[in-house]
Amino acid sequence: MIEIKGLTKQFGKKPVVEDVSVTIEPGTITSFIGPNGAGKSTLLSMVSRLLEADTGEVLLDQNNVKKWKSTEFAKRVSILRQANYINVRLTVRELVSFGRYPYSKGRLNSEDNKFVDQAMEYMNLTDMQDMYLDELSGGQKQRAFIAMVIAQDTDYILLDEPLNNLDMKHSVQIMKILRKLVDDLGRTVVIVLHDINFASVYSDRIVALKNGKLVKNGATNEIINSDALRDIYDMDIPIQEQNGCRICVYFNSQTS
Amino acid sequence: MRLWMLLIATIILSIVSLFIGAIDIRLSDLLDWKSEETQIFLISRIPRLVAIILAGAGMSIAGLIMQALSRNKFVSPTTAGTLDAAKLGILISMLFITNVTYTEQIIFSFIFALLGTLLFMQILDRIKFTDAIFVPLIGIMFGNILSSITTFFAYEADIIQNISAWLMGSFTLIIAGRYELLYVSIPAVILAYLYANKFTVAGMGEEFAKNLGLSYKVVLNIGLILVAIISTTVVLTVGMIPFLGLIVPNIVSLYFGDNLRKTIPHTMLLGVVFLLVCDIVGRIIIHPYEIPVNITVAVIGSAIFLIMLFRGRAYAKK
Repeated sequence: MIEIKGLTKQFGKKPVVEDVSVTIEPGTITSFIGPNGAGKSTLLSMVSRLLEADTGEVLLDQNNVKKWKSTEFAKRVSILRQANYINVRLTVRELVSFGRYPYSKGRLNSEDNKFVDQAMEYMNLTDMQDMYLDELSGGQKQRAFIAMVIAQDTDYILLDEPLNNLDMKHSVQIMKILRKLVDDLGRTVVIVLHDINFASVYSDRIVALKNGKLVKNGATNEIINSDALRDIYDMDIPIQEQNGCRICVYFNSQTS
Repeated sequence: MRLWMLLIATIILSIVSLFIGAIDIRLSDLLDWKSEETQIFLISRIPRLVAIILAGAGMSIAGLIMQALSRNKFVSPTTAGTLDAAKLGILISMLFITNVTYTEQIIFSFIFALLGTLLFMQILDRIKFTDAIFVPLIGIMFGNILSSITTFFAYEADIIQNISAWLMGSFTLIIAGRYELLYVSIPAVILAYLYANKFTVAGMGEEFAKNLGLSYKVVLNIGLILVAIISTTVVLTVGMIPFLGLIVPNIVSLYFGDNLRKTIPHTMLLGVVFLLVCDIVGRIIIHPYEIPVNITVAVIGSAIFLIMLFRGRAYAKK
């Protein structure tokens, strides 16, 4: 279990995350949502140790994440931030193999290779395993990075806006795969999302931030309603139910 | 371009290199241990060959490490001020220590090469360049500033001729007793190979490395120390060899990607082959005289570099 307790981070004098406390339920997809500059990515970075918090603490299994050894932590929690800027010429297989780095330090044994094969199969990448990353489309590349994280075999997978620059089809593909990771493999996924409807349709829990503060935290159906959304986005957003999914129709809402 | 092809090319070129030069040496001459030819062979030709191999392998690996760690294909010891800083170090040692020993020169040169490279990496870190082409430009400017400082003080102290000797990369003066420092680069290259996976991971950025549990800063520093060791040994024995650390890793990357574990052997051998060819060309053109290797490297290297720039994308798409 990951517990975030009173986390605060300032950049200069401006608090970016202020006194946020959230518990991440295992075996769920938790979406971080909120307007630009709400501090979602910063919060995710602190949970994954990429950033150090000014005050407050993050506990993984009751132990402060700072006290975890790097390799042990890397076997429990993985984070993928916007990865499209990485322009290293690796083949898909080489990249996914690096997911095994915490276990093998780069010398893969047969068990590591099994994880790599499974991860690629899971992400439908087996056919293109020998292609270089710079030969892939944005969606394929994103899938390759997620495959790497799957090969890393962590209980917790943190993703920072994985749908960025993806078209609708690939976005849906990725979200379905994340759903499968949680439902079939029992992983826990924490994801920063911009599109509220992806959060509504695919996540179990939603954490909403605004100006660095936690404004809402609850099950998806508690958050996806016009009242709660008004508090988060300052917009009147009608909700329509469609095949059991709640869709936020925000395109022509009044903005203030 | 497979590994065995490069290996065969290395062997053939090595043999050619051993048997060309101002004095004609035949295989039969070597049967007589006391002949003048055998002496030349042992004192000049073999040390020269060893120096070419070590310098060629070392500089290419240094370039490869720098390109991986800085995540920029245009960074190399010549385009990041490393060699200029090493030179400045030698000057400082000569200015401040009377009767400076070789060891003191080595230490100063190493420290300056390391600090210079670190400083350049800091600059890269502070200024986020949107266009990768600015990085080598800044590096070259940075190197030139260091170089002008060196030249100025060398001029003041009347030792400018000593300095210009390091400017010119050349194997002409390599004889037994004057190149052995290059052996220090062997353990550096071996270490580079052992750290290959770590460099590749670090090359994908600090966040990526941290996610996999790698201590990024430690790996970065080890990489820079290896680069400084290799650069120092080469500058002090052979002199500056431009382009080598820049184009060789780039060519290998085009064909084999950026997985260092896989590409280090290719990079090493291609560097050796390239330098051997350049040295042999320099020795043949105005035989029995020689053109310094840094000139042939610059001419052949810049041509290859231009082709790479123009055709690079086409290769990458294949």
